[in-house]
Amino acid sequence: MIPGQFSYHRPASLAEAVNLLATLEDARPLAGGHSLIPMMKLRLATPENLIDLHGIDALKGVRRDGGNIIIGAMTTQHELLASDIIATALPVLQETSLVIADPQVRYMGTVGGNVANGDPGNDMPALMMTLGAIYNVEGKGGARSIAATDFYQGAYFTALEPGEILTSISIAAPPAGHGYAYEKLKRKIGDYATAAAAVVLTMSGGKVATCRIGLTNLSETALLAVAAAQAVIGTSLDDAALKAAAAAAEAIMSPAGDGRGPPEYRRYVGGVMVTRALQRAAQRAK
Amino acid sequence: MNDMTPTREEREARLEGMGCKRKRVEDVRFTQGKGNYVDDVKLPGMLHGDFVRSPHAHARVKSINTEKALKVPGVLAVLTAETLKTVNLAWMPTLAGDVQMVLADGKVLFQNQEVAFVVATDRYAADDGINAVEVEYEALPPLIDPFKAMDADAPVLREDIKDKKDGAHGPRKHHNHIFEWTVGDKDLTDAAFNKADVKIKELISYQRVHPSPLETCQCVCSFDKITGELTIYGTFQAPHVIRTVVALIAKLPEQKIHVISPDIGGGFGNKVGAYPGYICAAVATIVTGKPVKWVEDRMENLTTTSFARDYHMTAEIAATKDGKVTGLRVHVLADHGAFDACADPSKWPAGFFNIVTGSYDFPVSHLAVDGVYTNKAPGGVAYRCSFRVTEAAYCIERAMDILAQKLGMDPAELRLKNFIRPEQFPYHSALGWEYDSGDYHTAMKKAMETTRYSELRQEQAAKRAAFKRGETREIMGIGVSFFTEIVGAGPSKNCDILGIAMFDSCEIRMHPTGAGVARMGSKSQGQGHETTWAQIIATEIGIPADNIKVEEGNTDTAPYGLGTYGSRSTPVAGAAIAMAARKIRAKAQMIAAYKLEVHEDDLEWDIDGFRVKGLPEKFLGMKDICWIAYNTPPPGMEPGLEAVSYYDPPNMTYPFGAYICVMDIDVDTGVYKVRRFYALDDCGTRINPMIIEGQVHGGLTEAFAIAMGQEIHYDKEGNVLGGSFMDFFLPTAYETPHWETDFTVTPSPHHPIGAKGVGESPNVGGVPAFSNAVNDAFSFLGATHIQMPHDHWRNWKAARDLGVIKGAGAAA
Ligand SMILES: Cc1cc2nc3c(=O)[nH]c(=O)nc-3n(C[C@H](O)[C@H](O)[C@H](O)COP(=O)(O)OP(=O)(O)OC[C@H]3O[C@@H](n4cnc5c(N)ncnc54)[C@H](O)[C@@H]3O)c2cc1C
Repeated sequence: MIPGQFSYHRPASLAEAVNLLATLEDARPLAGGHSLIPMMKLRLATPENLIDLHGIDALKGVRRDGGNIIIGAMTTQHELLASDIIATALPVLQETSLVIADPQVRYMGTVGGNVANGDPGNDMPALMMTLGAIYNVEGKGGARSIAATDFYQGAYFTALEPGEILTSISIAAPPAGHGYAYEKLKRKIGDYATAAAAVVLTMSGGKVATCRIGLTNLSETALLAVAAAQAVIGTSLDDAALKAAAAAAEAIMSPAGDGRGPPEYRRYVGGVMVTRALQRAAQRAK
Repeated sequence: MNDMTPTREEREARLEGMGCKRKRVEDVRFTQGKGNYVDDVKLPGMLHGDFVRSPHAHARVKSINTEKALKVPGVLAVLTAETLKTVNLAWMPTLAGDVQMVLADGKVLFQNQEVAFVVATDRYAADDGINAVEVEYEALPPLIDPFKAMDADAPVLREDIKDKKDGAHGPRKHHNHIFEWTVGDKDLTDAAFNKADVKIKELISYQRVHPSPLETCQCVCSFDKITGELTIYGTFQAPHVIRTVVALIAKLPEQKIHVISPDIGGGFGNKVGAYPGYICAAVATIVTGKPVKWVEDRMENLTTTSFARDYHMTAEIAATKDGKVTGLRVHVLADHGAFDACADPSKWPAGFFNIVTGSYDFPVSHLAVDGVYTNKAPGGVAYRCSFRVTEAAYCIERAMDILAQKLGMDPAELRLKNFIRPEQFPYHSALGWEYDSGDYHTAMKKAMETTRYSELRQEQAAKRAAFKRGETREIMGIGVSFFTEIVGAGPSKNCDILGIAMFDSCEIRMHPTGAGVARMGSKSQGQGHETTWAQIIATEIGIPADNIKVEEGNTDTAPYGLGTYGSRSTPVAGAAIAMAARKIRAKAQMIAAYKLEVHEDDLEWDIDGFRVKGLPEKFLGMKDICWIAYNTPPPGMEPGLEAVSYYDPPNMTYPFGAYICVMDIDVDTGVYKVRRFYALDDCGTRINPMIIEGQVHGGLTEAFAIAMGQEIHYDKEGNVLGGSFMDFFLPTAYETPHWETDFTVTPSPHHPIGAKGVGESPNVGGVPAFSNAVNDAFSFLGATHIQMPHDHWRNWKAARDLGVIKGAGAAA
């Protein structure tokens, strides 16, 4: 539980950070450190250079830009919980932040680190896919945008090129009156999900008008459950529709067996999480 | 008497003696971060040691190359078994009469076993050094399943003893067999079974868990080459035993060894034994001439130093058709891992497991325990229990529920019917113990009344009907547990550790101004001895507890004792404290008699001094007596006021309690909610009710963790899983249920103050209460016994196996 040797850098600007990442050997951005440092202590990660992003003001904060909400990558999970903008426009982000680890982790852990990490156990990626978020990144080759749904390629493998920094996330605010829920089953506070499901939907005349469903820790990466969402659109979320959605979601899951349970259990409760998230989201929708 | 004279109540209150909810004096430093733990010990020039560990569960060590490691900046030495052989320390004796490798000698026998010890100027350099040590292994087939340990073709684990026909506890049946221990009358028990109306038989496993104290095991060893003295600061629950063991194995004169246990951050049995880290740090300080610190990290703690339980118990009960038990037969397969490093008094290879007849009047019983080696970490410590008592309590409490189910009887009723009756005490159990005192019926009935037990059963019946009608997916369980513990090891006639009798001790030295210092052979790890020990003295000699300083843990100053574990401190050291205090009071009485000019027999004790019988105004207080004892003692009397007592208990003490747990389980996710937990404890005389309550809360939380999630699990290759707090269930305040505590008081007749010990009762009695609640919840669906831990997925699996999970996932 002792990390190897590394050098520490704390750039004051994004340009400087990009430059350090491009020029230094085996350099890696450091955000809240609550995923990276544990891996370094186990020597599963052994970067030679850590580029701490905390000195870069441009990466912090939450703002509105027309119909979009822009969240700086270095915004902490705690700051999401304290933000009025998030509370009104994206309450599901707060519901999700609240089930991530514990207050100590949330004071340090950043939304950028959470989505950039590529750990299928992280809660934000599935939610970002559900919300149709866009990740804005910057590297030596300039700035570009990547849809959350295109970002995740495998456990710890993402579309981020070496040396690229995630600068912000932009999310089109869902319509007023939308329903939402993040259902997470975990063994205890501080645990990653046994299974979790994110739902954002709108209702119209007692029927589901639009719906997106995301799944956490039920595969190599977070998943967008497209067929499951299709199965409820146009329905009043009757038993048959809920069952069809759960079955469609289960069909795309391929959870690993671990201390949280064997694959068949995690898949089954994955379906339960989808069902419960749909029901709760529908209750909230106006 | 004028108005300023304090009343009796005021005088009593000022003492803060026994029965007072005195605030814990040690918390003044703990809550301010001012405790002094081993890791706070920083000596000039101190080096740091850390282990190269085996990735394999079973492998031959072909070579160890330390060349590159020795070139790492800051690395000063790398110890291997070869180095240790030069001082004859490659192996060390265990508490259980076996030997254990200090560093891998030709072979590794469990994953994370200690292979080499790197000594460096700081922890970072040591870890870099570890990564540079090159070890070549040749993998061997691992033996993980204890049920296969004695197969004819099972791999030979312990080549050092493969041809030894006898172990420390008698004949061995197989190369992986450690011992067989039998107790009771087999023929009479068989006869009882032959004519029984009703019989039950069940394999009840208690999984491997770990005590996981907040502070891991650690030490600082410092050898003074000039004086030849070795000082060891360590997280030792039994510092004197460590001193003697070091003297014996390192062949150092015992007066040159100074063992100091500073503040300890929890022990729970983890810190009783001796570990390779201690030996290596001691050798390293002798080799380098500099102090050497060794501190375990969390994963090392969970995976190497002392697991607990891993008992596979086949229990059988014979009974009449109206529910009177007539016989108990138990066989245990005990998985001891790679070395038998079990922490038991030497004569008891399965500890006090023969308390397995529990609180019930079994006319006959027979018990057999087989210990076996597997490729797992050694240990088998008493995790917050007297040796193997938790396993025994779990076994009998589960078995009684299974019998109740078979008889169609309420489990509480079955217990009431079979309890040892109050008039049967002192009670001789079929497996050889003499229970000192108890009133089980009163305790059980109080628990049932307080929890409105019969209403709970009515509610459960309604919920079950609703479940069957498909109106709810939640099931309700009511867990009853009635445990009898056996604590206070122990009488020298049957208890010793490596030949050291299990007495304990106290020395009290009063100062002239009416204050004093008291030292004991016990060692608090959070139990609050500095608070409670002073309370015993306060009541016994009438000096306020605040004026008594309690010191433990320094073998140079404390009298010899066997330390703190197995709830032995109050039964043994607590008795020594009372006895030492009574010696002080006896001398004080002689002084008072002289000063008050009466015969000693004409004096009576009155809270904080002596009074002449019939002459209430003639009184001499203890504070004054302290001054007189030093400065103007009676002619012919030695000055001074101090006393030492060594206490060899005549018997164990037998605390007991009635616990009731109410739980709801969502069958679709396996998620449970403990709705209510009621714990009634009878620990005899209560020294500090607040500390008792705290102990009960802590022990119940551990019991909850064990029953509902804890497990040190190994895969087929012998990789240890659950070796971090992500997987090893340590509940936070959020998961922990609310505890309701209650008590009855049945003093121990043989203990000087009637106290029995309580620290471990909640762990012992709590585990079966939780497990019985889960099993009770599922019983109406046809379950008889579901193995622990009852975590989410296992609850779901139980539901699925019982056919109540339908839908897409269930088919998979
Ligand atoms: C006990 C514990 C429990 C936890 N439980 C949960 C949980 O239940 N759910 C959950 O979602 N998370 C959980 N976490 C993880 C936590 O949320 C982390 O904080 C988060 O995953 C990573 O954020 P960070 O800011 O700490 O990133 P870091 O650890 O600093 O970085 C993580 C990775 O992302 C990279 N990175 C960080 N920021 C950027 C950036 N702007 N651009 C490019 N790459 C970047 C780093 O190089 C690193 O590879 C837990 C952590 C702990 C310690």
